Amino acid sequence: MTDITSENTGRPLAHAVRNILLRWLLLALLGLFALYYLMPLFVMLTTSLKSLEEIRTGSLVALPREVTFDAWAKAWSGACTGIQCEGVRPFFWNSILLAVPAVFLSTLFGAVNGYVIAHWRFRGSNLIFSLMLFGCFIPFQVVLLPMARVLGIMGLAGTIPGLIFVHVVYGLGFTTLFFRNYYVTIPQELVKAAKIDGAGFFRIFWSIFLPLSLPIVVVTVIWQFTQIWNDFLFGVSFSQSGTQPVTVALNNIVNSTTGVKEYNVDMAAAIIAALPTMLVYVIAGKYFIRGLTAGSVKG
Amino acid sequence: MAWLEKHVPKMVLAPSFAVILFFVYGFIGWTAWVSLTRSRLLPRYDIVGFIQYQRLFDSPRWDTAISNLFIFGFLFIVISMFLGLFLAILLDQKIRTEGMLRTIYLYPMALSLIVTGTAWKWILNPGLGIEAVVRGWGFENFRFDWLINPDYAIYTIVIAGVWQASGFVMALFLAGLRSVDDEIIKAAQVDGIPTLRIYSAIIIPSMAPIFLSAFIVLAHLAIKSFDLVIALTGGGPGYATDLPATYMYALAFSRGDIGQAASSAMVMMMVVFAIVVPYLYSELRAKND
Repeated sequence: MTDITSENTGRPLAHAVRNILLRWLLLALLGLFALYYLMPLFVMLTTSLKSLEEIRTGSLVALPREVTFDAWAKAWSGACTGIQCEGVRPFFWNSILLAVPAVFLSTLFGAVNGYVIAHWRFRGSNLIFSLMLFGCFIPFQVVLLPMARVLGIMGLAGTIPGLIFVHVVYGLGFTTLFFRNYYVTIPQELVKAAKIDGAGFFRIFWSIFLPLSLPIVVVTVIWQFTQIWNDFLFGVSFSQSGTQPVTVALNNIVNSTTGVKEYNVDMAAAIIAALPTMLVYVIAGKYFIRGLTAGSVKG
Repeated sequence: MAWLEKHVPKMVLAPSFAVILFFVYGFIGWTAWVSLTRSRLLPRYDIVGFIQYQRLFDSPRWDTAISNLFIFGFLFIVISMFLGLFLAILLDQKIRTEGMLRTIYLYPMALSLIVTGTAWKWILNPGLGIEAVVRGWGFENFRFDWLINPDYAIYTIVIAGVWQASGFVMALFLAGLRSVDDEIIKAAQVDGIPTLRIYSAIIIPSMAPIFLSAFIVLAHLAIKSFDLVIALTGGGPGYATDLPATYMYALAFSRGDIGQAASSAMVMMMVVFAIVVPYLYSELRAKND
């Protein structure tokens, strides 16, 4: 490299050679990193398709000699999470029952809150917004103990509605932030004109803001869905054996100490648990990234 | 009717505000209160002072948790930032496959940390994982048993954590690189300033706010880290990979020591606030100006 650089001044050919070499180096590096990020997914997938026998005798990074879907079947409906041996299926269902209403409710409240804070300011509305914003950043450990007690008092301890409630409450800050930041870009004149035409608070929201909201609704729904589906702390703290979300069930399968360690079943269960958020990411990656950056940079 | 019209916005916001006030600030208050009592299995409300905090800082397990937080937090933040910036600069060189590569680098962020932990637990397990692979290549004496080695287990959390978060940092930096004024860069190129110099002297310094954001996000992730430790090491071997979050959980739900759990949660919150509050304050002020 050095001898090329030392004589490159005024020599277009050497310069071009150097550029091509650098280009190849760059692409090689980028490819290497792509392999690094893909490796765990590759290992998970191949392991899940191997038999236990092949896992023990073969190599971690080898392709399966014989593809078998037994591990997937067992992970879905037969693996043990503690004493229960029904696979991840019932817990996958729990996560859906939990995520759908929680995402819907927190998005709805976020939209209305954001609308008020962006366009119907009153004395103290900025303070309320700041308080909600700070609430996004608390480590949830600080609310676990009182929440467990309050859920008990409300009769929601260990239930899916209880978990929905928790996710809506602690999702409010972020969803409000998303909508507020989006709605402040809608010109105030539009609201004024609508008011002069006699439209009220809800009418303006319904016929002006909502139709414009599709992009931010997508971002918020994806963000909330990913957060709630992937949550473990609330799930493990506030559920009981029948109501656990899929992340808790996965952890129980992997760390159950009884019997032979079935790595292929563990990996299949992990992929199943990851599938919904992966799917969302592949289909709507652009919006996923937008949520991530909006949630962090401007939060 | 006019009165109603005037107050509708307040009434719409009121329920959410009440909920936040009670379930965030009220609960923080409750935890703070209980951390000053002798609560064990059940909360008690007679304040006795800072004995829980004393017990906390006398506890060797908490000591481990705190030093682990520093080791993990430092390495996690520094490596993720470095890797993220490096990848962003590489990707910024007009790569034709940029979209695909970005998708690959960032997908771990969509995964649950439990999934990440499960995958890396399998890859790093000494019997059949990377150690066995390298031995299979002929390096019979190769050892890579960090996962079960109390002195090194914390670094496995760093490995998995960086894998998960570095792509996200890359996305942040890439957005930052793209937002730098093109005119300045072109002017520098016309002046014959080498690319590396353009990055180190012009582009990177202008991205200071993004460094700060990335730092805040990563620090916040590090302090809250719970799922990854549970899935990857379960806090073990022994309690070698405990972090404050897992300590708090263990004391609250397995040991039934509410006072200790509350005091450890309060320490976590103070650490988070020491980092986040100045940042949020300046952000909000900048916005209002």
